[in-house]
Amino acid sequence: MNTKKSFIHPYIPNSVPEIKEKMMQEIGINDIEELYTDIPDFLRFKGSMDLPDPLLSEYDLKRHVNGILSKNTTCQESISFLGGGCWQHYVPAICDEINQRSEFLTAYAGEPYEDHGRFHALFEYASMMGELLEMDVVNVPTYDWGQAASTAIQMATRITDRTEILVSDTISPDRLLIIQNYCSPLLKMKTMKTDYETGKIDLGDLEDSISNKTAGVYFENPSYLGCIEDQGSKISSITHENDALCIVGTDPLSLGVLTPPSNYGADIVCGDIQGLGMHMQYGGGHAGFIATHDEEKIVMEYPSRLFGIIPTVVKGEYGFGDVTYDRTSFSKREKGKEFIGTAAALWGITAGVYLALLGPQGMQELGKLILQKSQYAMKRLSTIDGINILFNQTSHFKEFVVDFNKTPKKVSEINELLVKKKIFGGKDLSKEFPNLRESALFCVTEVHKKEDIDKLILGLEEILN
Amino acid sequence: MSPVKNMKVRNFHQAKWDEPIIFELGSKGERGILLPEIENEIEAVIGDGFSKIPKHMIREQVPCLPEISQMQVLKHYLRLSQETLGADLNVDIGQGTCTMKYSPKINEIFAISPKITELHPSQPICTVQGILEIFYKTDLFLREISGLDQFTLQPASGSQAILTMSSIIKAFHDYNGENTQRDEIITTIFSHPSDAAAPAVQGYKIIDIYPNQEGLPDLEALKEAISDRTAGLLITNPEDTGIYNPYIKEFTKMIHEAGGLCGYDQANANGVLGIARAKEADFDMCFFNLHKTFSSPHGCGGPSAGALGVKKELIKFLPVPLVRYNGSEYLFDYNVSHTIGKVRSYYGVVPAVLKAYSWIMSLGREGLEEVSRIAVLNNNYLLKKVLEINGTSAPYAKGHHRIEQVRYSWNKLTEETGITTEDITNRMVDFGFHMWSSHHPFIVPQPFTLEPTESYSKAEIDEYIAGLAKVAEEAHSNPEIVKNAPHRSVVHKLITDSLDDPDKWAITWRSYLKKWKNDRI
Amino acid sequence: MIIIMKKVGLIINPIAGMGGRVGLKGTDGGEILEQARLLGAIPESQNRTLITIQKLLPIQEKIELITYPEEMGENIAKKCGFQPTIIGSISKGKTTREDTQKAAKDLLDLKIDLLLFAGGDGTARDIYDAIEDELVTLGIPTGVKIQSAVFARNPARAGELALSFLQKRTIRVREAEVMDIDEDSFRKGIVRAKLYGYLTIPYERAHVQSSKAGSPETENFAHQAIAEEIIENMETNYFYIVGPGTTTRAIMDKLQLANTLLGIDLIYDKKLIANDLNESKLTHYIQGKKAKLIITPIGGQGYILGRGNQQLSPDIIKKIGKDNIIVIATRNKINSLNGQPLLVDSGDKEVDELLCGYIGIITGYREKSIYRVTR
Repeated sequence: MNTKKSFIHPYIPNSVPEIKEKMMQEIGINDIEELYTDIPDFLRFKGSMDLPDPLLSEYDLKRHVNGILSKNTTCQESISFLGGGCWQHYVPAICDEINQRSEFLTAYAGEPYEDHGRFHALFEYASMMGELLEMDVVNVPTYDWGQAASTAIQMATRITDRTEILVSDTISPDRLLIIQNYCSPLLKMKTMKTDYETGKIDLGDLEDSISNKTAGVYFENPSYLGCIEDQGSKISSITHENDALCIVGTDPLSLGVLTPPSNYGADIVCGDIQGLGMHMQYGGGHAGFIATHDEEKIVMEYPSRLFGIIPTVVKGEYGFGDVTYDRTSFSKREKGKEFIGTAAALWGITAGVYLALLGPQGMQELGKLILQKSQYAMKRLSTIDGINILFNQTSHFKEFVVDFNKTPKKVSEINELLVKKKIFGGKDLSKEFPNLRESALFCVTEVHKKEDIDKLILGLEEILN
Repeated sequence: MSPVKNMKVRNFHQAKWDEPIIFELGSKGERGILLPEIENEIEAVIGDGFSKIPKHMIREQVPCLPEISQMQVLKHYLRLSQETLGADLNVDIGQGTCTMKYSPKINEIFAISPKITELHPSQPICTVQGILEIFYKTDLFLREISGLDQFTLQPASGSQAILTMSSIIKAFHDYNGENTQRDEIITTIFSHPSDAAAPAVQGYKIIDIYPNQEGLPDLEALKEAISDRTAGLLITNPEDTGIYNPYIKEFTKMIHEAGGLCGYDQANANGVLGIARAKEADFDMCFFNLHKTFSSPHGCGGPSAGALGVKKELIKFLPVPLVRYNGSEYLFDYNVSHTIGKVRSYYGVVPAVLKAYSWIMSLGREGLEEVSRIAVLNNNYLLKKVLEINGTSAPYAKGHHRIEQVRYSWNKLTEETGITTEDITNRMVDFGFHMWSSHHPFIVPQPFTLEPTESYSKAEIDEYIAGLAKVAEEAHSNPEIVKNAPHRSVVHKLITDSLDDPDKWAITWRSYLKKWKNDRI
Repeated sequence: MIIIMKKVGLIINPIAGMGGRVGLKGTDGGEILEQARLLGAIPESQNRTLITIQKLLPIQEKIELITYPEEMGENIAKKCGFQPTIIGSISKGKTTREDTQKAAKDLLDLKIDLLLFAGGDGTARDIYDAIEDELVTLGIPTGVKIQSAVFARNPARAGELALSFLQKRTIRVREAEVMDIDEDSFRKGIVRAKLYGYLTIPYERAHVQSSKAGSPETENFAHQAIAEEIIENMETNYFYIVGPGTTTRAIMDKLQLANTLLGIDLIYDKKLIANDLNESKLTHYIQGKKAKLIITPIGGQGYILGRGNQQLSPDIIKKIGKDNIIVIATRNKINSLNGQPLLVDSGDKEVDELLCGYIGIITGYREKSIYRVTR
């Protein structure tokens, strides 16, 4: 480092000594150090940050970073059957084209004039989600499904002025951790049992657990374990009889073929839009949505930004702005206040592009493809000795649990052997759902060709026999 | 007239495509993309896939999405992108507090590499050693920059990092059996509003400190705020005024003596990299916004990342998993004894972490220090020039230098001309500039906050100043042109009444059709 | 668009502001006025009102301007280009406060949408006496004394606010203080302000983007939140002295107790002990007992003691002690001080000094701000 000469960094134009000099003169200082005189000496860092020598040329930087990244093996290089919250779907080229546009990529919080396009695109995102969900209000995306569910739950507690939440026990365990951290200690979370014969909610347990303290009932459809919950109407009517709200977490990619939760009584619907045009990015592509009907009382409890379409002084011109209701009535549940901030807007714009590209036919065909391919995989897997598909009598979307308990190997061992065959097997559930012991959550989408599924079957047969 | 001689504002006009709403485009039957055909063999075995689904769970009607061909979708969104003024195109110094610096394009190239985009977060760790190395080393870099002992890269934003700090404070007092009694978080009014809002989510009572005449929270005020109920302090330094609080170590000392923890919101770190650190000021925790200081782009409002660091004693409370290196392999450590659990799914906003890593690697120690020095130089140059414009002021700390940003006021101009910050914001657009309007709370009247970062050249800063000077001059000579601005932007003056009228607000197109259809005849 | 004609009332106190230029402090009372006229005072009200109503010209087709004859509005309205509806009668050049009050009552009967009045604190008082909170009003500051929060910052701003209010579908109003100073003592150099009551005024929320941390709260919301915080933390065996104001009123409302908006009320164990106490009665009740005092600063001024609550004498404050004084205020109210400290002027140096320094202000439910207090 010491031998290196000083450099003018391409990211820092005013490092040029003559410019620096001019600016210092203007300020009336001789040394930039003088600008720091308000920081007392004892607060100044006296040491030297121990950082690697910089890679000043872009070429060297590229060599270096690509070198590290090349150590990864991707889901394009192997066949992956991993899902459980992050899903491999095809990303249309236009989605990438749009979210890499400099304007969208580097804009932030401009006004609805110079950033009209940002408001416009996010309004359209919300509008297309609204069509998919058959709901009139959709927020500008939040961080992920976990945050969306947390906020949906908080909204329910504010709307009902109650503090107890019933959560189905097949919710994603990681998501539950997020909700617990966000909502504790003010909310009381109780689990609602699943009938492990069917993978669906145990209605009897729901009836027993729900009370006039219950703010909301949260379940996911399709569930984390892939089951389609077909008792939605019953669940929502039990919920509504107790003046609680029905909150449903859903996979928007299922809604080309499945009945949207609003049709079976959901008051608040939430979920993740990663599948709608975002690459998995090792879990970096998530964004959460929240949708409701357009009732003032409910809309007022959104902490999120909501963009509305408005007129301008020029006739026929569309403008946009923040729906900025005043909070007028205070209730004690104001304990459940929330915050907003930078979240995942770019993924919202991208999901809009995705929905516009697929259109009604595309969404339906996509859903159908996923149903067919996952059913094919289930059918083929169940022919392997010792392998069972759990909840086989219940219908599934995209994901399903494969029970390996009757095979001689643990899931972890099987997956290790599959990796060698360039296959990422299903997600090991033995820690998340100890009651299912050696089981794995498999995910099959439109990206899986028949040959990929057949390769999995062959691989498993080799491993288990 | 203008404090910058010979510097002209641009004869700018933004792209205006008069673009319809996407539902007004296309026609029935058009397709934007086709999906793979189902293989015959599968269809032969499975059928249409619907037979297993209960009838009432099958969607009756396809969703009313638009039907548009591919090029037309592309064109629509490209036009919308042109109707957005990103930091790559304007001199984005008007969005103070947000550090709108250059986001290097090479880092975007890394972020779209399949080697990162096509990784599933549950893959076996032997297949993700590259990305784990990036995580691990970014943690090490941030330790150097802050002086703290361990980072988590999980929080997806500054606000979520604040929430995580609040969770850790809660866990810490739980651990000490003191949680029921310690229920107050102290912050300052010039810290980020989320420093108050995020802990409130978890039931904390919020005490915020207003500034003294010098614009700083003072020790007397802190004394008034501290009690045996104090759980912790969440504070920015420098605050959004750009004034460095020289008493910060006394703050942390008093909080520690009262039994609380101190969390440092480093949203405004861009002026102090390698200059002043969390450790020397005795903070227990701190976080950096990777999308501000560390160059990851803002993406129209995310995805972003808040990297949170803690002292050794608090590692046991961090969210899981942490990334470790055992000498030969990078791995996940879920064995965090008193973890708060999780704040975001999986490991955080991976592309933002990757970009921050690359940015640090491109600068090194000297480079980071130069970033801060030039950011501070730029800011003080700007300060000098802005104050030469009639009608401006920089409340507090007269005669002092500022760190990386300044909260200014147009109050004098407003008193003289009736032209407000909001008016000026709208007029600046006509010259291709952005000036942010949200500076809650409004204790500085008619506020505007400028942060020039290290990225903008002197010529660009001069151009921005010329824009401010031009609008300030117009406020006197032609106030109507300012009041009715913008004139050369994408849209004209908005009629905003309906945004808070439940009968008229329309958050989706379907809602608009229901509520406005009759009005549109 | 359906055009609904809105009715706008205009009342000018033609003599307001006359004292200022000639060094008198206000023109209330005929004698002073004569004195002002002798000193050569020129009516400021007309020109300043013109600035305001000019702002309404763009919507003149959509509003009916109703006003009193001659210098009480007619002249300036016509000069501005309006064709006002003229009601009532006056004797030109000799208008009095009775004319102001009569005009306000007449306009109230006509069910107008907005009353604009030009004058100072005295005029605001007259308007308040005539109509209380029955109409939405807005003051155009033309007088010498402008202590009341019912006035816009300047005449131009009054016009803009009125324009925006008349154009909007959604009505936003709030209660604002009518303050006035005891004229006699004021001219002797002693400032003694009194809170007379509240008028309903329009207000405008800047339609910029949502704040960084969440949705805006109305004053009413904030009042309820503060009341909840206070009530939740009320201790038994303490008297609670509730000072004047709309912020403190919310506490009484929430407890469903009768309240004196401008006076001092006393509660114990969340039950009402007495309304509208003067100093001696209050002393009598709390003598030898533990008591806490709940007070709120006057909007726009920041006085927590010595303005509008003189019943709280230095002796009483000493008895209660600093630790038992609970200051409450909405964030809007604090922020409207633009960083100026809260003020105390109890009339006793020792008491004032006791309260100087930093004090906690309850600003919402589980929210407190630490703020500076000076004399």
